[in-house]
Amino acid sequence: MTRLIARDLTVRLGRREALSGVDLSLPAGRLVVVVGPNGAGKTTLLRALAGLAPPHRGAVLLDAVPVLSMPARERARAIAYLAQGGAIAWPIPVADVVALGRLPHGEAPDSLSAAGRDAVADAIAAVGLGGFETRSATALSGGERARVLLARALATRAPVLLVDEPIAALDPRHELIVLDVLRAQATAGTLVVAVMHNLTLAARYADAIVLLDRGRLTAHAAPAEVFTPDRLAESFGIEAHIAREAGGLVVVADRPLPDRSPGAGFPSD
Amino acid sequence: MSVSRHRLTAGLALLLCGLSAASLAIGPAPIPPLTAMKALVVDLGNASIVVRDIRLPRTLLALTIGWTFGLTGAALQGLLRNPLADAAVFGAPQAAALGAVSMLYFGLVGALSFLLPVAAIAGALLSIALVVAVAGRQATIVVLVLAGLAVGSLAGAGTALAISLSPNPFAVTEIVFWLLGSFEDRSMVHVMLCVPFLFVASIALLTAGPGLRALALGEDTARSLGFAPSRLRLLIVGGAAIGTGAAVAVAGSIGFVGLVAPHLVRPFVGHDPARTLVPAGLAGAALLLAADAAVRLIPSTAEIKIGVLTALLGVPFFLFVIARRRAELSEMAT
Repeated sequence: MTRLIARDLTVRLGRREALSGVDLSLPAGRLVVVVGPNGAGKTTLLRALAGLAPPHRGAVLLDAVPVLSMPARERARAIAYLAQGGAIAWPIPVADVVALGRLPHGEAPDSLSAAGRDAVADAIAAVGLGGFETRSATALSGGERARVLLARALATRAPVLLVDEPIAALDPRHELIVLDVLRAQATAGTLVVAVMHNLTLAARYADAIVLLDRGRLTAHAAPAEVFTPDRLAESFGIEAHIAREAGGLVVVADRPLPDRSPGAGFPSD
Repeated sequence: MSVSRHRLTAGLALLLCGLSAASLAIGPAPIPPLTAMKALVVDLGNASIVVRDIRLPRTLLALTIGWTFGLTGAALQGLLRNPLADAAVFGAPQAAALGAVSMLYFGLVGALSFLLPVAAIAGALLSIALVVAVAGRQATIVVLVLAGLAVGSLAGAGTALAISLSPNPFAVTEIVFWLLGSFEDRSMVHVMLCVPFLFVASIALLTAGPGLRALALGEDTARSLGFAPSRLRLLIVGGAAIGTGAAVAVAGSIGFVGLVAPHLVRPFVGHDPARTLVPAGLAGAALLLAADAAVRLIPSTAEIKIGVLTALLGVPFFLFVIARRRAELSEMAT
């Protein structure tokens, strides 16, 4: 059973400590959503979990093996990572972009194995882009492109899937499509860790919420435990109310609270 | 897609055979094409001397240098995720020429020394490293072109300085030769001087192919897929500098082949950077062979320098690509 563990994880960006002493233990088959204000260290946490940001102190372990000591190819097969924003530099057909997810298996768009072809076809079907295979990925809408890039990450068939703001800049329909895909992946046994800003959708889809504030882990629990007015006031600096509906919690931010510290401003990611 | 790719590769290979034959058959000495082919393998006296000692080195240089230029352009465009990248955009040929010229100027080596390509490679390496250091890794095309322009101008000024300070007119002639680029009067010694370097450059550039695919999705994604962007940069910048330096050391400054070749093959093979490499190399070889045959056919008192011809044809193409992709490029610039 796959388990991803962060132990005293501390990452510096330049001289600033972007992540300080984070301890996490994330089991397979869960959808974990990372939330926190801008500059809280969400992207840094995800990059460190993916082995892309070397820790200053502490370690990330996948099944007790430090991810940084794994051979690059092996790590890539175990951990799929979807970067924020997601650019595609060339007008490449959708199927070829998705097939890039097979590179860690030593396969390329023109040299897919039978398993690779299955993985690519399944990934395209999972994000609902059947029929788009030969379309140029750069000519798609933002929502379609986000789904292509998600399919690329799915095509690796890694036991761990890390996604950074997968629903940023998507319309409500595409938000739900993408989150349904992530939910299905978790149900099928993948550990999915997603960074998100939409707290209501986080509450509705997540098995667990990881709350970061100024580089520190302030909560790791079920949505109902994390999303309380007090916590939201302290971490996000907002006055919020939380409603319970059939679909889950609804988190509504009512107004910003005054700055917590003088000159705190709005640190950017 | 792959059918047209194999057809294109086969077609380009055939074209190269035809152009090589033409390159061996064309020249001031009237030798019929079939006789020229025969003179290559059987000793036919004067015809064999002309074909083997004068024309064959020229053909081989155009073939291998064109291949390296096409490959370099395709790899640099893949690395920078930008269809306007080329060694010339980095000022590499000018810097390589300066490296070679300074060797000649100080009288350190003769024109047939291995130190000449080494100095040219050092110049090319320095210019690319300088441009990348100034412009940064995530540079927009505007920043890159400006930095490349500055570095190229600096190298050009250095070369001009060498010319104006040169004490003897013979050295001036020799230096001007670097600036114009030509395959005229090259021997097998020149071929041996640059081909080993071109071979190393080709290996480095081709090795980077799979990584370029991953890089199309950004550096973080490439790393998450198991590739090291720093290794890719080293392979491609190193390969580009070695290839450009070695080529400039024996043939002078020949620009724009690397820029044009990838654009010629993309309609057939698509934009996948790894798939562009080999066809772009073949197209580059075809372009230079054709250009070298053309300079021998164009009637003029002295042979037109091939570097002049490629610039005359390449610059309008460069402008055409910019005009066609204007909207997209202005987006990238912000």
